[in-house]
Amino acid sequence: MNVSSVKGSMSISSSTSTWKAGDTISDQFPAGLRVLVVDDDPTCLMILEKMLIACLYKVTKCNRAETALSKLRENKNGYDIVLSDVHMPDMDGFKLLEHIGLEMDLPVIMMSADDGKQVVMKGVTHGACDYLIKPVRIEALKNIWQHVVRKRKNEWKEFEQSGSVEEGDRQPKQSDDADYSSSANEGNWKGSKKRKDEEEETDERDDTSTLKKPRVVWSVELHQQFVAAVNQLGIDKAVPKKILELMNVPGLTRENVASHLQKYRLYLRRLSGVSQHQSNLSTIISAQDPTFGSLSSLSGLDLQTLAATGQLPAQSLARLQAAGLGRATAISGIPITLVDQRNIFSFENPKLRFGEGQQQHMTNKQQVNLLHGIPSTMEPKQLVSLRHAAQSIGNMNMQVPPHGAQSSQNNPLLMQMGQQQQQQQQQQQSRGQILVDSTINHAPRLSSSMGQPILSNGIATNVSSRNGIPENIRAPGYSQTPSMLNFPMNHASELPGNSFALGSTPGVSILTSKGAFQEDVNSEIKGSGGLMPSYDVFNDLNQHKPQSWELQNVGMAFDTSQHSNSLQGNLDLTQSALGQQGFSSGQMNGHNRSAAVASKAMFSTGDVKELGSAQNVNQHLNNLLVDNTIRVKSERVCDTSPANIFPDHFGQDDLMSALLKQQESVASSENEFDFDGYSMNNIPV
Amino acid sequence: MERNPMRRQLAIMRQSLFDQGHVDEQFVQLEELQDDANPNFVEEVVTLYYRDSARIILNIEQALERKPFDFRKLDAYMHQFKGSSSSIGAKKVKAESTLFREYCKSGNGEGCMRSFQQLKKEYATLRKKLGAYFQLARQAGPVETASRPK
Repeated sequence: MNVSSVKGSMSISSSTSTWKAGDTISDQFPAGLRVLVVDDDPTCLMILEKMLIACLYKVTKCNRAETALSKLRENKNGYDIVLSDVHMPDMDGFKLLEHIGLEMDLPVIMMSADDGKQVVMKGVTHGACDYLIKPVRIEALKNIWQHVVRKRKNEWKEFEQSGSVEEGDRQPKQSDDADYSSSANEGNWKGSKKRKDEEEETDERDDTSTLKKPRVVWSVELHQQFVAAVNQLGIDKAVPKKILELMNVPGLTRENVASHLQKYRLYLRRLSGVSQHQSNLSTIISAQDPTFGSLSSLSGLDLQTLAATGQLPAQSLARLQAAGLGRATAISGIPITLVDQRNIFSFENPKLRFGEGQQQHMTNKQQVNLLHGIPSTMEPKQLVSLRHAAQSIGNMNMQVPPHGAQSSQNNPLLMQMGQQQQQQQQQQQSRGQILVDSTINHAPRLSSSMGQPILSNGIATNVSSRNGIPENIRAPGYSQTPSMLNFPMNHASELPGNSFALGSTPGVSILTSKGAFQEDVNSEIKGSGGLMPSYDVFNDLNQHKPQSWELQNVGMAFDTSQHSNSLQGNLDLTQSALGQQGFSSGQMNGHNRSAAVASKAMFSTGDVKELGSAQNVNQHLNNLLVDNTIRVKSERVCDTSPANIFPDHFGQDDLMSALLKQQESVASSENEFDFDGYSMNNIPV
Repeated sequence: MERNPMRRQLAIMRQSLFDQGHVDEQFVQLEELQDDANPNFVEEVVTLYYRDSARIILNIEQALERKPFDFRKLDAYMHQFKGSSSSIGAKKVKAESTLFREYCKSGNGEGCMRSFQQLKKEYATLRKKLGAYFQLARQAGPVETASRPK
């Protein structure tokens, strides 16, 4: 498609809200920047709104953090940047910041009348891209668009850097998309698949593809191999070179491993942060060890959630994960069953998780903090959500026939979770089923990711959660669980229905993964076509209409992108590119968003110039902007492209087992959440 | 035109608000946001401020009636109040809020009470002055508010 024409039409047709569609970017940017401003003070809110409108931005205001989060989840790609007050009655601004970073990976600017160094530092550590001292002047707002652009740019860059293989591979790779293993060859684990798909779909996009580098798709299996290698070496001693040697995967480069390791580390860090309270859970989980393996996926999820709630010590999580890794066997009964329902999710999650896992990792940390801050009341919810998540993960993982472990594993907690999850999962399952199927095909990876320990999954899932399935596919197993876990934690209080409170901690992980996944997903989705539905499922589960998530867009409709396929193709590519970048940079610290944002920014800002092709940019933007939507979109793209990301590699069985191994529960929850385009919203709670 | 004398008077009133330190630069920011589409924007914001901040004032008063003082809470309330006040450019009120917070941080209950009394005074004075200002502004009709070159 012609970028210019698209752009033109887009700018015309799209309202300010869709300026990112890419067309407008170059013309009007930063006008039309979609800003979400959150402040409990009505006076400030009114003034900010007026100022932002004066800057020609498209403003949405909220006076409560919860409202803001739900708005963001509902419309993943509906916003480019968030402005939030630090002190709010219903939720700490930093917590919101973390959530957003994890789930949507949007740039967030904090505001406060407090200019104390510590507060500002807190903003920095939590991932805020800027901090404004109140009273805010309009001049300060005039430049906030730079954060959007920067993020996209960074994502792009990461993507580019991570992709060692390149464009050349893309074309031929398209056919390989279906092949997981070959993804490794691509070198870009993130969105390469998607890109390829996209590329295939749109020849025109080829030009843009140059921007994207083939990425390695971290399938569940691949991720498991990775985690096994890391565990073997010891997390402290795990260096990319050695990991690469241990993994012995042809075509995988040191860079791929390095960026993946970075994410994984973030993920772990996050998990450990969360696990402060978890003593109970860990005991329970550890006890189960053998079953744990399978449980681990669930546990991972649980763990994460627990961690979030402070119940699950990091160590437990780690243990679980290890267990999960080690075991491909049945996952403890309950979680697993749950997982089944979530299968769809799991598939998705793994992918997502994977990429995001790392991100999540970082964000987890943040989340953890948040969690602590979470009122105790949240915990139960979180657990519940965790359950849900677990269930979803379980479902996901479980896609493959329940490992049998499902039956009461020793973990009473799990059991509970399983039960709850089952309920939820069932809902999801029906939906998820569809997705699962599709995802399975598309994202064999997902399953693997599910299996991954929560930690890893968390990261990965996070990503996937956000994107929904697409990402999961990529990440071997990472994504699903973690996100699930993460989410619950975060959202426990927030999202009643979303299983796990995607909002809660998991959010972090999910968010991170999202960023990464988006890209992956995109490419993957292309191939998988089927994926899309899964995303929808998530969306549905979560919220409301799957469409909200962007699945609607999936038809490549990215909200703005009209070109659909062509755009999508680009998007996928860009997304993946971006995703990769995001991941590789390992900035995920809850900055998944940055990756996503960056990519988005790229699009929206019309980075087209930078990218060299409007199309790409648009796609990216679309992808990124949506955060989730992108993901979804990418999926859609996948549909079109023949190469399914995961096609045969991960059949359901594979996925399931992988998932089970890992922490399906975690993954599933993520999936649920992510569905919406990786927003936690999806997770039905 | 009769507006002119009114406008002149309005300008004088406005200038004195600045000169006397009641409002600061932020007030100008609000004025700049005012346009034909929102001709009474500043007044609307200030009205909203007084309505909302009354609630915070009440909270603080109630908190000051409970002994011993919960300084953390008082500080939190005042932080909120300060943010609001600074956003409309209420300079003196903001300064007093800062002082109150200092007292809270140092646990000086006596200082808090004194400061709060002063703050309420400034708060009331500003309200009166701005009320008169806006009233005149409405009478004077659409006035070109001083605005810095954008």
